[in-house]
Amino acid sequence: MTLSHETVNVDGWLEAVDRLANGSLTLLGLWADPPGVKMATLDEAIGDISIITYITRHNQYPTVGVKHPPAIRLERAIRDLHKLDAIGASDTRPWLKHPDGVYEFLAAEGEALHQISVGPVHAGIIEPGHFRFTANGEFLVRLEQRLGYVHKGIEAMMADAPLDKATKLAARTSGDSTVAYGFAFALAAEMALKIAAPPRAIYLRALMAELERLANHFGDIGAICNDASFSLMHAQCGILRELTLRAAEACFGHRLMMDLIVPGGVARDIAGDGATQLRTLLTEVRRVFPHLTALYDNTASLQDRTVTTGIVKPEYARQFGAGGYVGRASGRDFDARRQPGYAPYDRLTFDVPLLTAGDVNARVWIRIREVEQSLGLIEQIIGSLPDGAIETELQAAGAGEGFAMTEAFRGDVLVWLRLDDNGRVARCHLRDASWFQWPLLETAVEGNIVADFPLCNKSFNCSYAGHDA
Amino acid sequence: MAVIYDFALQGAQMLLVLLLAPLLTGFVRKVKARLLSRKGPPLLQPYRDLLRLMRKDVVLADNASWLFRVIPYLVFAATWVAASLVPTFRSGLMFSWTADLIAIIAVLGSARFFLALAGMDAGTSFGGIGSSREVMISSLAEPAMLMIVFVIALIAGSTQLSTMAAFMNSAEVGLRVSLGLALIALTIVAIAENARIPVDNPATHLELTMVHEAMVLEYSGRHLALIELAAALKLLLYVSLIACLFAPWGIAPAVVAPIPIFIGVAAYIGKLAVLGALLAVFETVIAKMRVFRVPEFLGAALMLALLATLLRFVSGSF
Repeated sequence: MTLSHETVNVDGWLEAVDRLANGSLTLLGLWADPPGVKMATLDEAIGDISIITYITRHNQYPTVGVKHPPAIRLERAIRDLHKLDAIGASDTRPWLKHPDGVYEFLAAEGEALHQISVGPVHAGIIEPGHFRFTANGEFLVRLEQRLGYVHKGIEAMMADAPLDKATKLAARTSGDSTVAYGFAFALAAEMALKIAAPPRAIYLRALMAELERLANHFGDIGAICNDASFSLMHAQCGILRELTLRAAEACFGHRLMMDLIVPGGVARDIAGDGATQLRTLLTEVRRVFPHLTALYDNTASLQDRTVTTGIVKPEYARQFGAGGYVGRASGRDFDARRQPGYAPYDRLTFDVPLLTAGDVNARVWIRIREVEQSLGLIEQIIGSLPDGAIETELQAAGAGEGFAMTEAFRGDVLVWLRLDDNGRVARCHLRDASWFQWPLLETAVEGNIVADFPLCNKSFNCSYAGHDA
Repeated sequence: MAVIYDFALQGAQMLLVLLLAPLLTGFVRKVKARLLSRKGPPLLQPYRDLLRLMRKDVVLADNASWLFRVIPYLVFAATWVAASLVPTFRSGLMFSWTADLIAIIAVLGSARFFLALAGMDAGTSFGGIGSSREVMISSLAEPAMLMIVFVIALIAGSTQLSTMAAFMNSAEVGLRVSLGLALIALTIVAIAENARIPVDNPATHLELTMVHEAMVLEYSGRHLALIELAAALKLLLYVSLIACLFAPWGIAPAVVAPIPIFIGVAAYIGKLAVLGALLAVFETVIAKMRVFRVPEFLGAALMLALLATLLRFVSGSF
């Protein structure tokens, strides 16, 4: 990939907005580094990523969201966190912060319509978020989300933090993707410091990332089936997830592998018998998983629930630049491991599964195929794990900027950071894949019934914590 | 003396169903857990849950009316009465003349009517959703149930459960297509009426998919205990009904002797265990259906029962 940084004037900014609106660029992120506002875009045709900076005047910048809706929530978040206003924005309600006063939900008017409000506290033990449904009997007319209940202020806490503290904060953005966040943060920090991790560390990072992907995909496949009240899959996938987590603990001493990826390398080498443990895991998964896939595929009552439910239209997936299984189930052929690509995936062989149906079933199948790919990747990594050091010394390199994207199990994580002269983090921005997936959930429930929403929602499994950060 | 004995037996029947109902629920849960390779809660867990709920305070919505507070008692009483009327271990009990299948359906229907009212009483959106779904399901299940009653009554010549059970136990009944169809239809209705998978999921935490649970979401404390006990009784009732109509073996005749009664109780518990295990297996291998598939599912029950009635009219030997 080529990465370009540029400071632009109004014309440059508006040109980028126009290119976003006509689809020749994909929005990767929009964040503030006061007094500037930064926008990362991807030209999918040639794979170029560009970060443009617009220096605000009177704390204002021209809106992106009016022409390119995926930016609306990002603009609202910038207003909440940095008090920079998007001029001409159509939606100026708060997003991440919840000030006193009534929050105006968008109207849906009609005689037979009624509202159902769900959350932020749910009946099950899940993260908090509010859903406002407008329904006509069982049929959904509109869904509007309200998030921000788990805004932890991670980016604010990172400001002026030393690198080791910021690393820990990044790893806690969304616990289920702690490896992916740690990975992305480390890559960005290494770019800013102009160093590279040793080869062994690079392979170990990918090993952790694939283990995390396996564990989460097992959990998701089971949980989606469980939301259709098919608890048999849930129990069996739960066993596989547990085996994966135990293997992770045996290899790295932590079930979720938190805080193991650090700028410069990894904090801990794989245990002596780690490769054996992982081979046992692979054998067991390869023995059981095909049966579970067949069970999923052959249970007609389950297929009846997942096929044609919650369809995400390919044009929306493309417009929003939806990553992960949400995008790949709707024909968006994007995987951060391949584009922009990062080590060691350039030296490993894997396929990126792609489907176009865009329904719950397609999102399950993408996960199933990714599990198979991850098994192959783990095998390749333990087969070709280089010897050597696992960490390079960090040296102060003065001020610098870093940018990285990694593929978490639910989609691409973007990290941008700027170090000050003392090597402390001046500003860091973490963007979860969920930012561009949550809005698609609102479109996916169109024409569905109220009772099918939990199934659609689970098939997205967007992060509340990662989004609210 | 005979009156006292009859009275004692009727009392024993009422106590038996009340005590066994949570056990059946616990048993089904246990079998399901074992099928999923889990240990599952102990068999007696439902009793503990009920005790815990009984001791807890009741939390009432500010705008809940008196109806909301009365309905749990009403629902429980109606379900208990209905469950006590189905012959379990002995036929010809003191009140068996009231054990008319149509009457039982009517009692259960009123209980449901009031529960649906209670669901809407507090004015929450979930209660409303639950009540509307419950009424949709029952409006389809009740006609099917009545058709089933007609078939069996036509064959047995009575709607009196004791008489029906005695007839089904006799050699006269033989192998009949219409009875087979009625059994399938009754099973479908029983699954829908008891909010089991694939119509509803009694174990779900997803508010938006609930039917029965959404309706009773606002209940707490002893009110919830009564409603849960009523739900357990209803499951026991339907299982007993299927057992008494389609597997009436072992039910003690109306004689005064301890051994047949002992055999009757043992046979009854055995039947509950078999049917409970079958329910657990069925619930494990199937996913819940979309809400709008439920009419097709229950429509199948109605059609089967209708077909059984027609067959019965075409020829007496069906």
